[in-house]
Amino acid sequence: MIETDRLTRCYGPLIAVDALTLRAEPGQVLGLLGPNGAGKSTAMRMIAGFLAPTSGTARVCGHDVRKEPLAAKRALGYLPEGAPSYGEMTIREFLVFMVRVRGLDRDIAFRRFDEVVMRLELEDVLEQTIGTLSKGLRRRVGLAQAILHDPPVLMLDEPTDGLDPNQKHSVRMLIDAMARERTILISTHLLEEVHALCNRVAIIANGRLLADATPAELEARSRYHGAVSFSAAGSGVSREMLARIPNVASVEVDPLDGRVTVFPRNSQPILEEVQALLRTQNLEVSEIQLEQGRLDEVFRQITTQPRGAQA
Amino acid sequence: MSGVTAIMRRELWSYFVTPVAYVFMVIFLVMAGVLTFYTGDFYDRGLADLQPFFDMHPWLYLVLVPAVTMSMWAEERASGTLELLFSLPVSISQAVLGKFLAAWAFIGICLLLTFPIWITVNYLGDPDNGVILAGYVGSWLMAGAFIAIGTCMSTATRSQIIAFILTAAVCFLLLLAGQPQVLDFFQDAVPPRAIGALGQISISRHANAIARGVLDLRDLVYFFATIVAWLAASVVVLDLKRTR
Repeated sequence: MIETDRLTRCYGPLIAVDALTLRAEPGQVLGLLGPNGAGKSTAMRMIAGFLAPTSGTARVCGHDVRKEPLAAKRALGYLPEGAPSYGEMTIREFLVFMVRVRGLDRDIAFRRFDEVVMRLELEDVLEQTIGTLSKGLRRRVGLAQAILHDPPVLMLDEPTDGLDPNQKHSVRMLIDAMARERTILISTHLLEEVHALCNRVAIIANGRLLADATPAELEARSRYHGAVSFSAAGSGVSREMLARIPNVASVEVDPLDGRVTVFPRNSQPILEEVQALLRTQNLEVSEIQLEQGRLDEVFRQITTQPRGAQA
Repeated sequence: MSGVTAIMRRELWSYFVTPVAYVFMVIFLVMAGVLTFYTGDFYDRGLADLQPFFDMHPWLYLVLVPAVTMSMWAEERASGTLELLFSLPVSISQAVLGKFLAAWAFIGICLLLTFPIWITVNYLGDPDNGVILAGYVGSWLMAGAFIAIGTCMSTATRSQIIAFILTAAVCFLLLLAGQPQVLDFFQDAVPPRAIGALGQISISRHANAIARGVLDLRDLVYFFATIVAWLAASVVVLDLKRTR
């Protein structure tokens, strides 16, 4: 479990993290989402114990990072931003160092070592020097280090940054597999990642928590939520007729490809009415879609509103 | 405790996988030999002892120890591994101690490798080997003091060059402080008590006694206190840097 309690961090006059209060339970994958410079990494660094909070505190599995830093760190697996590691070591040497420095029991350590190496597909590169590895491999080494001691809490700062689509997929599978009994906090600015991984999202900007909801709840805030969009041959469809359907708020036509989007009023269901109208008009519809809502739009809407507009 | 030994092992190992250790050792051993025989009048003194050899050590350490310690923390900060290190269940003092012990052990290895000069002096004459052993122990302690100073300077910056220069400057001042010329310079300006204190904090005064093979308790206390004080300062600096 991760809790932050009015966690605050100032750099001189700049407030990087502003009274952030969050809570993630076992089984949850909480995504910290925010534009660059929002304070995601600073918040994580405080939870990891690298930075001291200016005020407020954080707890990892109930251990206060200010009062019991070592107990908190023992319960935590952390992948810092950019996955730093000692470039002159081979992967094996680096992971053995991690086993030693964490004081893991020998028998358990051997088993975990093999398991982690297998899971992250590092068997063939164990003897390579980390400094010569590709960005993706280095990220996997960082992940291996973070899960080596089987921590109940995992904190990953941009875990898939710099990975190719296949590697992204396998890292997501890995996180997904570990999510069941653990608390996982990941930071990202990739919206697709939120869909693929998180069951809760905390949006922060300028160091402040602006939204804390499930991805579906956030999508419901989009004006696209429940909208119907379709492509039809010819330009026969009349915007007026669509707009006359009850519960339709507005109709937009994409000037480039002519795709029509019909927006509902107050999230009322309109799919059937729109389909019925298209049938009576005998329009040849090549494709029709019920929109779930667009996270990117909600993200923009939440993070670009003036400070203090939303508590 | 596993944290201290793990960090110490890793650091010591890292000296030997990079050229640092070998370059350092070669230079150290060559310089120690050259300085002893040419500058130190090893033969002309006609005495079977290693005093000229130990006399040179403060000046060797002055140049070489900062080179060992400059990367100790500055590089961790510059490459981002400091964040990784501080997220491990190891306290700052354990990490500082681990790295210090690694550098100290490394200098110890270098000192051991000067054994041919010990063999030479035993071949040429009949030296007091107890005095020589005391000289080695004292030299190693002095190296510890230099390393502790270097540790502190390395925590204060992310630039290795700045760490090197600061360490060399502080060590140089501490060496100079005990020189008669410096003490004479302050003779009229400062009360005699302060002159005495200045002489006491100087490394060279304690080093001279050691070079003669005298292991005085006061000298031992001086070096241990220096090591502890500078390491404590390193911990404070690292902790301060977490808060701003």
